[in-house]
Amino acid sequence: MAEQTLDFKEQFEVPSKMKTWSYALIGIGLLAFIIGLFTKGTGTNEEKAIFMGTIMYNTIFWTMVCNAAMFFICATTLAMGGWQMTFRRVAEAISTLVPVFGIITLVVLFYIVFTGNHEIYHWLDAKQVAADEILKGKSGFLNVKFFVIWSILTVGLWSLLGWRMRKISSEADLEPMDFNTGNAYVWKNTVTAGLFIVWFALTVGSTLPWLWLMSIDAHWYSTMYSWYVFASTFVSGVALITLWVIYLKNKGYLEYTNQEHLHDLGKFIFAFSIFWTYLWFSQYMLIWYSNQPEETVYFKGRVQGPYKGIFFLNIIINFICPLLILMKRSAKRNYTLMTFMAVLILFGHWIDFYQMVMPGISKDHVSLGWFDFGILALFIGLMIHFVGKALASKPLIAKYNPFLKESIVHHT
Amino acid sequence: MAKKKFVVGCFDNEEVLFPAVKKVRTAGYKIRDVYTPFPVHGLDHALGLRETSLHTAGFIYGITGTATALGGISWILTYDWPLNIGGKPHFALPAWIPITFELTVLFAAVGMVYTFCYLCQLAPFVKKHHFHPRATDDLFVMVIECTDKTNIDDLKGFLTNNGAVETDVQVAEEGWWWGRYDKDDEKTLEKEIVAA
Repeated sequence: MAEQTLDFKEQFEVPSKMKTWSYALIGIGLLAFIIGLFTKGTGTNEEKAIFMGTIMYNTIFWTMVCNAAMFFICATTLAMGGWQMTFRRVAEAISTLVPVFGIITLVVLFYIVFTGNHEIYHWLDAKQVAADEILKGKSGFLNVKFFVIWSILTVGLWSLLGWRMRKISSEADLEPMDFNTGNAYVWKNTVTAGLFIVWFALTVGSTLPWLWLMSIDAHWYSTMYSWYVFASTFVSGVALITLWVIYLKNKGYLEYTNQEHLHDLGKFIFAFSIFWTYLWFSQYMLIWYSNQPEETVYFKGRVQGPYKGIFFLNIIINFICPLLILMKRSAKRNYTLMTFMAVLILFGHWIDFYQMVMPGISKDHVSLGWFDFGILALFIGLMIHFVGKALASKPLIAKYNPFLKESIVHHT
Repeated sequence: MAKKKFVVGCFDNEEVLFPAVKKVRTAGYKIRDVYTPFPVHGLDHALGLRETSLHTAGFIYGITGTATALGGISWILTYDWPLNIGGKPHFALPAWIPITFELTVLFAAVGMVYTFCYLCQLAPFVKKHHFHPRATDDLFVMVIECTDKTNIDDLKGFLTNNGAVETDVQVAEEGWWWGRYDKDDEKTLEKEIVAA
């Protein structure tokens, strides 16, 4: 296939409309941040905690969603999948955000940790920990030193291995490969993807959500939690990839990506929405069944307290909607419906993150409002800006990748 | 059941098969089926087959399973025989979800298997006519239905011109066939094998 010439628009150019939109969203976000800083940020301790918590769940959500794009690449690489090759650069472009959002996350988290904000992380308060058997038992894991080192390691290795995957991908732009170089190339991809997956499992699959999110409810624990966070971010990551693929198709790029690829992305969204529900329910039912106070405390405020509406909205958006809407084959092949579902699912899992974080910070007041959406706009603006830039920096298709033909003739 | 006459054309390559399918269809012949040694992508579209409604049936079976489970358990545990289980409410929905899920899957799976068997006319003691034994090995076997007006020799020539390596005429049971391979094949099915 090396001799074949492919006819496609290689170079993405950032349209001025996209630039305007991204700057506008970033502007709205910064405005919201500044207003929030002077209203919430100077208020009571609880208001300050809400201010930090809102920024925190947004930045963690977007970091993990963008990192899920790299997970998508590595998982398909390890499975020797070829179908994603025509739009793989889109996922790569999204994953370039991991260092950017990662650093924002680290700044926010370290600010919380170093200022000892025990409204958010109770385990930061030495007095409380000393008087509390449960927190004392966890102090080997929940302490500032471990938190800082592990967070830096996590974001650092995500970025490094992701950068290496993207660098290997660029090598396929240069020249045709014969059988042996192709083999060596695939092997190189496999090794790096394997390393990423292992590190991903150690972080997103287990320790990181415990450290960043679950420790807000420091007394409570659930071994399901990390998988639940993984499912949530992975399905959002695939939804984000889908949105960008559809956007580029609308602009006349990605000629070789068609309904067959969209169908498979739809299957991913459908399947992982169900998987998310499975984990969500497994976590919920075991706690409901055993009915022990130290475990049910997590769901008390969410199911019966002020967060009730958001809690059930979460299930409707993230389970009922994809189950019923995406079940049909024709729905997964429909660009309009897939766009709608991708936006809905991104929103749904953003809400999911909201209800993971905020009830632990502010038990009685549901703070969801202009500030949340403002900060969300900031991150969407940054995302559009950086993904657009990353897409424009490389050809849209790695034309000499050994798997490219498999993707072009892909048939679902 | 009704017996019918079929013209059978055998192809040894799928790249020859696809244009042949197209030409046979545009010429107005009705293709009953194409038997292939392995699933061929896109052949269903080339044959103009409609999407199967097996998954719609599956959805209905699944909903039936959900309704059966939820209906059954809630009737038993809240009305017919309420039990106090660990102080839980009688209407303990979370505890029923796993069973509901299992019954949904069971109904959908079993229902779809039986529907599939029915649609393919598969059942114990039902025989299938084999148009060509090599269809399970390396031959793509196209079976065309004959009407009163079909000129068999013309059709055979047409198939040969379009790349068929072998053609013949067979009479086969169209619907459910409960007979015996040895007797029915020899006595009632006239079989002319004509090498192309």
